[in-house]
Amino acid sequence: MNIFVCVKQVPDTETKVKPNGDGTFIETTAIKWIMNPYDEFAVEQALQVKAANAGSTVTVVRVGGVKDTEALRTAMAMGADDAVLVEAEDNLDSYSIAKALKGAIDKTGKSADLVLCGKQGIDDDCLQVPQVLATMMNLPSVSVIVGFEQNGETVTVKREVEGGALEVYELNTPCILATNKGINTPRYASLPGIMKAKKKPMEKLSLADVGVSADDRRVVYSDFTLPPEKPAGKKFDAMDEAKQEEVVREVVGLLRTEAKVI
Amino acid sequence: MANVLVFSETNKGNVKPVTLEILGKLAGQNAEVAVVGDLGDDQVKVLAEYGASKVHKLKGDNLDKYSPEGYSNALHDFISKGSYDYVLAGATALGKDMLPRLATKFEAGLASDCTNFIFDGDQFNGTRPLFAGKCLAKVNLQGPKPHFVTVRPNALGMPETKTAGAGEASDATVTAGEIRATIKEIIASASEQVDLTEANIIVSGGRAMKNSDNFSILRDFAEVIGATVGASRAAVDSGYAAPDMQVGQTGKTVSPSLYIACGISGAIQHLAGMRTSKVIVAINTDPDAPIFTKADYGIVGDLFKIVPIMKEEFKKVLDQ
Repeated sequence: MNIFVCVKQVPDTETKVKPNGDGTFIETTAIKWIMNPYDEFAVEQALQVKAANAGSTVTVVRVGGVKDTEALRTAMAMGADDAVLVEAEDNLDSYSIAKALKGAIDKTGKSADLVLCGKQGIDDDCLQVPQVLATMMNLPSVSVIVGFEQNGETVTVKREVEGGALEVYELNTPCILATNKGINTPRYASLPGIMKAKKKPMEKLSLADVGVSADDRRVVYSDFTLPPEKPAGKKFDAMDEAKQEEVVREVVGLLRTEAKVI
Repeated sequence: MANVLVFSETNKGNVKPVTLEILGKLAGQNAEVAVVGDLGDDQVKVLAEYGASKVHKLKGDNLDKYSPEGYSNALHDFISKGSYDYVLAGATALGKDMLPRLATKFEAGLASDCTNFIFDGDQFNGTRPLFAGKCLAKVNLQGPKPHFVTVRPNALGMPETKTAGAGEASDATVTAGEIRATIKEIIASASEQVDLTEANIIVSGGRAMKNSDNFSILRDFAEVIGATVGASRAAVDSGYAAPDMQVGQTGKTVSPSLYIACGISGAIQHLAGMRTSKVIVAINTDPDAPIFTKADYGIVGDLFKIVPIMKEEFKKVLDQ
């Protein structure tokens, strides 16, 4: 099987983000970049499918800034075979990213049997690319999956919806699936894996190479701002057992009389 | 004046509340509503009260249950026959799944999960959180029309004043087309709690819960106060809680009226996911835990002692 995994590189979740000078994006100079956490589940799933289907290959594709190639190196260190990097600004919109991913997959000359993505990038939180890509590639797809079983050309997946309910879908490959936390436990990259990843091929392309131009942008952001800070709250010491009941009574009382939430 | 279509999901025959929130913001525009399948006269009347000029009931084969292709094909079929400038829908599980597919069929853009918007004349200007709410930005759309928008439930709030519309209801025949991914079965959730993203009160546990059995303390407490139980990433990754309970940047972004954090230190990625809660109570033994910087009411103490006392105290207050 020709398996493709689309990954995004995002600021580490512990990053304190701040708007850049002109408010068009965030300040990216001193950021630690990581592979989008939901994409780790996609890489892991791809590697499991590869192991179960002899002769398969896993290609990771990423569209984004090139100061750091952490996400693709991590994916290859986990076991992906090769990588394609499409150089672009870090705040490209979902439509342009999906079009670039399609262009990059087409350019490999391989027909995709399975495309895996994380359900959402934790930077712009749009939750769009897998569905946009599926529509552009005219492939069936299911997003936010927490369960995967393969039986020949048929896959059965579980999609998580509100309240933890699951929709069970059956579809045939080729298809596009978007992974959620809970589907698997991503492996760590081993030291030999990290060494090997350095020698694995990474093709670099431009947006023009994959047929994307500025005219493909659909969503424009401006005025990035920080949300308003809350004023400091009240803090009570209840480490001393004798004071616990009194403190709790006071807080619960305030929830009713001051905060009016109960 | 813009022509706006609001796609409304229905639940047990009722339109979702987010549809009414959206309609409330569309005064001054021509707002029409589309649903898939039938809709009772009482619901049509509600939509009219909130400003719908027309209500379209989309009917066709293979639309009795959701499928990504069937629904997006059917909506594409219907919208293509009209002249809409904008299509809006709630950012529910279905809306988040379907709208990107639908927008792409028009080679059009989608602004996801907006928490506010206004129309300047017939021009949409939205606001949405990014980085799980660590930042806010203005969002605009360009390129082919219609332009698509999803709106986060509970973010706009219900309108204070309503401008009624004509609410003319009619059926429209649509084609679902080829459906390659179909739902075989729906597995209901074991828990009967409200979803975290829709919960009014959330009680969350962190690493200090120590194990999964101890979460029963929080479940008991939650039952008394009608809350949904959540968890931090540390608790989920340690196997104390299920992944669908995770609140934070790599879990769910929540905004209940009351969020009670028990034994959660308050990593940046957790704070991002719950900072828009109206009132935050934090219980932690570490007086310097970052969660206290976001808490309206902080209790420095042992959750295993505090939570049972709090449960009894809530009982007393709620019984009054």
